[in-house]
Amino acid sequence: MYRLELIGIGKQYPAVKANDGVHLRVRPGEIHAVLGENGAGKSTLMKIIYGAVRPDEGEIRWNGRPVRIASPAAARRLGIGMVYQHFSLFDTLSAAENVWLGLDGSLALDAVTQRIRDVAHTYGLDVDPLRPVHSLSVGERQRVEIVRALLTDPQLLILDEPTSVLTPQAVDKLFVTLRRLADQGTSILYISHKLDEIRALCHHCTVLRGGKVTGEVDPTRESNASLSRMMIGTEPPALQRRAQEAGPVVLAVDGLNLARQDPFGVDLHDIRLEVRAGEILGVAGVSGNGQQELLAALSGEDRRASPAAIRLSGRPIGDRAPRLRRRLGLHSVPEERLGRGAVPTMSLAQNTLLTRTESVGRGGWLRVASVRALARRLIERFQVKAAGPDAAAASLSGGNLQKFIVGRAIDAKPACLVVAQPTWGVDVGAAALIRGELLALRDAGCAILVVSEELDELFEISDRLVVVARGRLSPTVPAAEATVERIGSWMSGLWSTPAGAEA
Amino acid sequence: MLMLEPRPAPSRVMTLASPLIALLLTALVAALLLAALGKDPLEGLRVIFAEPLSNRRQVSEVLLKATPLIVIALGLAVCYRANVWNIGAEGQFLLGCVGGGGVALWLTTQGIVLPKVLGLPLVLAAGMLGGMLWAGAVALLRDRYNANEILVSLMLVYVAQQSVNALVFGPWKDPQGFNMPQSAMFHASLHLPPLLERTRLHVGFVAALVLAAAVALFLFRSFRGFQLQVGGLAPAAARYAGFSSRSALWTSLLLSGALAGLAGAMEVAGPIRQVTPYLSTGLGFTAIIVCFVGRLHPLGIVVAGVLLSLMLIGGELAQSRLGLPNAMASVLQGLLLLILLACDTFIDQRLRWRRATGRAA
Repeated sequence: MYRLELIGIGKQYPAVKANDGVHLRVRPGEIHAVLGENGAGKSTLMKIIYGAVRPDEGEIRWNGRPVRIASPAAARRLGIGMVYQHFSLFDTLSAAENVWLGLDGSLALDAVTQRIRDVAHTYGLDVDPLRPVHSLSVGERQRVEIVRALLTDPQLLILDEPTSVLTPQAVDKLFVTLRRLADQGTSILYISHKLDEIRALCHHCTVLRGGKVTGEVDPTRESNASLSRMMIGTEPPALQRRAQEAGPVVLAVDGLNLARQDPFGVDLHDIRLEVRAGEILGVAGVSGNGQQELLAALSGEDRRASPAAIRLSGRPIGDRAPRLRRRLGLHSVPEERLGRGAVPTMSLAQNTLLTRTESVGRGGWLRVASVRALARRLIERFQVKAAGPDAAAASLSGGNLQKFIVGRAIDAKPACLVVAQPTWGVDVGAAALIRGELLALRDAGCAILVVSEELDELFEISDRLVVVARGRLSPTVPAAEATVERIGSWMSGLWSTPAGAEA
Repeated sequence: MLMLEPRPAPSRVMTLASPLIALLLTALVAALLLAALGKDPLEGLRVIFAEPLSNRRQVSEVLLKATPLIVIALGLAVCYRANVWNIGAEGQFLLGCVGGGGVALWLTTQGIVLPKVLGLPLVLAAGMLGGMLWAGAVALLRDRYNANEILVSLMLVYVAQQSVNALVFGPWKDPQGFNMPQSAMFHASLHLPPLLERTRLHVGFVAALVLAAAVALFLFRSFRGFQLQVGGLAPAAARYAGFSSRSALWTSLLLSGALAGLAGAMEVAGPIRQVTPYLSTGLGFTAIIVCFVGRLHPLGIVVAGVLLSLMLIGGELAQSRLGLPNAMASVLQGLLLLILLACDTFIDQRLRWRRATGRAA
């Protein structure tokens, strides 16, 4: 008997058929991957299972009986737990209070706190229930979400892209937890687009493309290439890395010290780095270790640095405003696309004006035709799927908006580009395109600094790697000489002692 | 069971239809209220909504009252789009009356008669300065001491009203005024020229339309206006882009202060022609409603300004013709805003009927 069986599930949205005749069967104790690009219908399917969205057609069977799941509360009563990719926690409440809110109220807060400790201990999830959520790193927040889901003893646990914010070691830890859960009979639906993880962890894999099932396979018997063919139809072209001699230093950070602004932020200690023309420096690290602070100091959003701590082609800019830095050739791409990299309700054309001011005419009047022309050019050049220059930023999928935002910076022909999480939550095709564009920009002589939590990505595009941990920067290593193990242990802040002694 | 479900994209139809539906529902609730008060609902609605449009004089009064509403609301729209919650336009309006009225009174009492093209701009400019001063105080307190602009601007309204009282009960009191708390009438050269013969409607209404166009240009065609709105919609994006939030705060407050002050100066130089303690009947607060009913859009504000003015005058008529309480006009305003906000829910959401709750398992 199956724990969960979906038969012919369909869901029509106004613009797109998100799910079309989807069949899915999950056995008790099975770790079942749902693989697909962004926009393939994975999230809709999970929301249907979790009762957040109602299907138009099809049947759901739970432990053999047809059910109608009307709401997430009903799903939880059935024994379905879900960990969303974007966390749904209240920042101002503690971890325990957040968990308590999601329960039915039969337990007192103290009892919940104790149960969190128990569950966290049992599954090796490191969570302090009393800390307020805003002080937690992304990884810690995810653990809170997992603990919250586990507290109801679910028979089925849904995890949406759970590893995007974790170190390799933390991923291994998560996998241990998940395997332990599966051994005890809990079924797990594991949504991801990371092929290696699926092959390492999952017993069974359902591949979605364009809302339809394109494959049902045993991932351990498949190769990355065969899985990705099912997922995107074709394989993304391999990136061409051209060996090239790096040019002069463009961006130099020297002795940058910054006290945290946010009480739960990270102090930056004596940051030193150099990025040369025509090279990519990759900054690895678990989120919440000073990346935000470093990026803010580089982009000019935080201008407290002493002028000489940051130099652009020799010119001190530590205290200069973002617009001036852009005029000098330093562009940046923030981690959050909606709300920071783009104004959600404004059109793409208007959003070009955030960093591109060539369409601002004399007296500060906007040349509307020129603004729209720029947006149209970006849409074309970077293959952004959008209704046009007047489409609201929020109407684009994450990958397309990212192509637009990265494109906006690349198109400005910067001398130096600082990019955060260039492909976070972006589908394989868009990620390949963005990485390709970054490499092309490097070949053209731009100095690029990439901050990412995806090690694969950093290894793929970087010339040199550096790790940030607890507000300090590790030594730099050429990417060719770096190993995942070494970078992984550096991510825990262990580089002062010889790396070999730690392993 | 009825459920609200988020729409994939905001509904264009509802964006336009929502104010109309709100107006209809407001009329419906008003009819019920009238019936509950023992009046003929249809007659009541006719007096409130149709009577103010029944003849030339009435229409001119509607447009006259709409003028300050529109001018104030235009400034507020800039503030609200920049996410600066200026609730104290009433106070800025009163300071405009004080500034404009003060200059007009001084010129009058000194016996200085300037040509109209010189005297009137002086009065209006003084009014704008007065409004900017009051709004600037709010900006300063927020900028320097991080004081909440909602509270500060609101409290400054009462300071403004008391300042007006102090002036008209004291130094500005007309010596020939039988000790009434009001100033002397301004010299005729300082009156705003009428727009229609034998009505009180003055050129200020045309100015309001021109200003609406100017504010629209500022908001939708200038980089400055764009920056302000980015700051309001997505502060993090404004920081990333390097748009200064301080400059947005000051610009939007000074602009709305100037417009509210101008509205005040136009009131004293227009229909009132002197300074009294009863300069404003809550115009600065009604303008907030105008602003939202007009969707923070200059064109919408012109329409909403006329509509709210109509309801104000209709409320007054209902009071005199039907013996309704004078609270009726405020009740209608409040109803309209509440119902509009409720209707706006359906721009981003839609109602779905769900059969059984689907008891799980």
